[in-house]
Amino acid sequence: MSKKALAGPYLVWMIGFTLIPLALVFYYGLTDASGAFTLENILAITSEERIGALWRSLKLSLFSTAACLLLAYPLAMILKGMSVSKNSFVVFVFILPMWMNFLLRTMAWQTLLDKNGVINSILGFFGLPGQNLINTQGAIVFGMVYNFLPFMVLPIYNALTKIGNDTIEAARDLGAGSLKTFTRIILPLSLPGIISGITMVFVPSLTTFVISDLLGGGMVLLIGNVIEQEFTFASNWNLGSGMSLVLMVFILISMAAFARYDKDGEGAAF
Amino acid sequence: MKRKSNIIILTFIAAALFMSGCGYDKERYPGGVVKVYNWGEYIDEDVIAQFEEETGIHVIYDTYETNEEMFPIIEAGGVSYDALCPSDYMIEKMISKGMLTELNFDNIPNAQYIRADILQGSKAFDPENSYSVPYTFGTLGILYNTSVIGREINSWTDLWDESFKGEILMYNSVRDLFVAPLRILDYSINTTDEAQLREANQMLKEQKSLLQKYVMDQVKDAMISGSASIAMCYSGEVLTLQEENPNLKYVVPEEGSNYFIDSWVIPAGAENKENAEAWINFLNKPEIAYQNFEYITYATPNTGAIDLMDEETLNNPAVAPGPDILKRCEVFHYLGESGEKKYHQMWLELRSYDAGR
Repeated sequence: MSKKALAGPYLVWMIGFTLIPLALVFYYGLTDASGAFTLENILAITSEERIGALWRSLKLSLFSTAACLLLAYPLAMILKGMSVSKNSFVVFVFILPMWMNFLLRTMAWQTLLDKNGVINSILGFFGLPGQNLINTQGAIVFGMVYNFLPFMVLPIYNALTKIGNDTIEAARDLGAGSLKTFTRIILPLSLPGIISGITMVFVPSLTTFVISDLLGGGMVLLIGNVIEQEFTFASNWNLGSGMSLVLMVFILISMAAFARYDKDGEGAAF
Repeated sequence: MKRKSNIIILTFIAAALFMSGCGYDKERYPGGVVKVYNWGEYIDEDVIAQFEEETGIHVIYDTYETNEEMFPIIEAGGVSYDALCPSDYMIEKMISKGMLTELNFDNIPNAQYIRADILQGSKAFDPENSYSVPYTFGTLGILYNTSVIGREINSWTDLWDESFKGEILMYNSVRDLFVAPLRILDYSINTTDEAQLREANQMLKEQKSLLQKYVMDQVKDAMISGSASIAMCYSGEVLTLQEENPNLKYVVPEEGSNYFIDSWVIPAGAENKENAEAWINFLNKPEIAYQNFEYITYATPNTGAIDLMDEETLNNPAVAPGPDILKRCEVFHYLGESGEKKYHQMWLELRSYDAGR
């Protein structure tokens, strides 16, 4: 059996589960209910509500990406400084929650943040006033950070471990202080990891509708919800696909922008 | 070499598993199959096994969450189901599009048990009662927690009461949602008049800052746990909820409301029409209808099942709404594509309306 034949299953996989569905999205997105060509589904994004939802999604996913970066970078630095046996345990602990279904974990946060939830009960126990935590934009950003943080930590950690200690020592020998070593050596060398982390957090944050449904209580409309609504409630696959195409454009732009910094794919997480 | 052959074997196993999922060979199910597409949690699953045992027909059972989710799947025709259980207005829509087939009532003798007034009500969407057999029915009303809400509730306007801020839940589905403001304004719940809808939508926007959230099924958890105290709710949920939290009370507002009938229908071109009719007939056996009622707790139109109920259950207005309640309620009608679009646009505006969250 030739090596090429072994690639067969993957080819079937890619065609069946990526290319054909993608072609269907394009087909539905560019046609109307009768099957005639139209750009209406794409242009529908210009309506006040939809463009508003898109901006809101961009805003919230930028917040969550920034928060993930701020949390993940120091953690990755700490992990790099640890001995191998210790840090593999920390990485393990970090990945552990991912063994559980993402929906269930988000629903658990629903219970924690709820008006009568665990956090407010604890506050109440100490005589503090209950906080309105859930069903806000803040809760959605929180949910995004919680769910996507590992996707930021791992690529950055990966990139950092590739920086040899000799490189850092050389910088020190040449008279660079800690700060200068960080800004001139460590940060630039870990850039591919940062970029790939940003992509891996930004894209799912931008497209999510589950987190905004569960932690936003339907009060905050994101572009993912607009698309979901077209499919599940309005039965308008054409419009839903059109919106998905618009979203895809945004994702492609962001990935193209980031790809310039990550030419060798060094920051790949896995 | 060894490794290579392992990979090949794995590939074959995967392929075999994959293929066994496709196609239902006649040898495997000599009694034939029936492909049922029903609402989630809308049957006692034991009933499926009992049906298979009694008839030898294998049931392929799938579920959906909303009428709108089910519709394009039937319309696209990629999967052919034999029996569906849509709501009134969706049945009307499917009949108008020629997507349903008339039932052969010779195969469904148990349809005789269906309550006459419900059949009469069904004529709103199925004028000859020829396409559908009612399965469940119920009203849309207000559910509230008497231990928190210190007064009697009997009007939709109570959902706009500022003293209940943060305690109110509204349905996350557009037609249900609009029932409240439309009835307060004394407009039909089937209106497609742009000005009336705008007026209603304005009310909903004003209400948004008072809400805890828009929900579907989570209404149950929130009302049982007490994290919300007043909610728009379908009567079918009420019995289960009252068992968990006896402080919950259900009322159909005086302004009137929606009443729905979910019925079994058979799509045009169903491959196993007779099996589907056997399925519908089986569900209407009194003891089976009662078993399903006990599980899903939505009101059943099956008189045979009603005869099996105890006094207390029969007196619960949520379970068996009397003619006085049904009189002030309206069935949803299919509004046509332009009507649906209007509601949809209103909803999009409402959902994107910033209520300061």
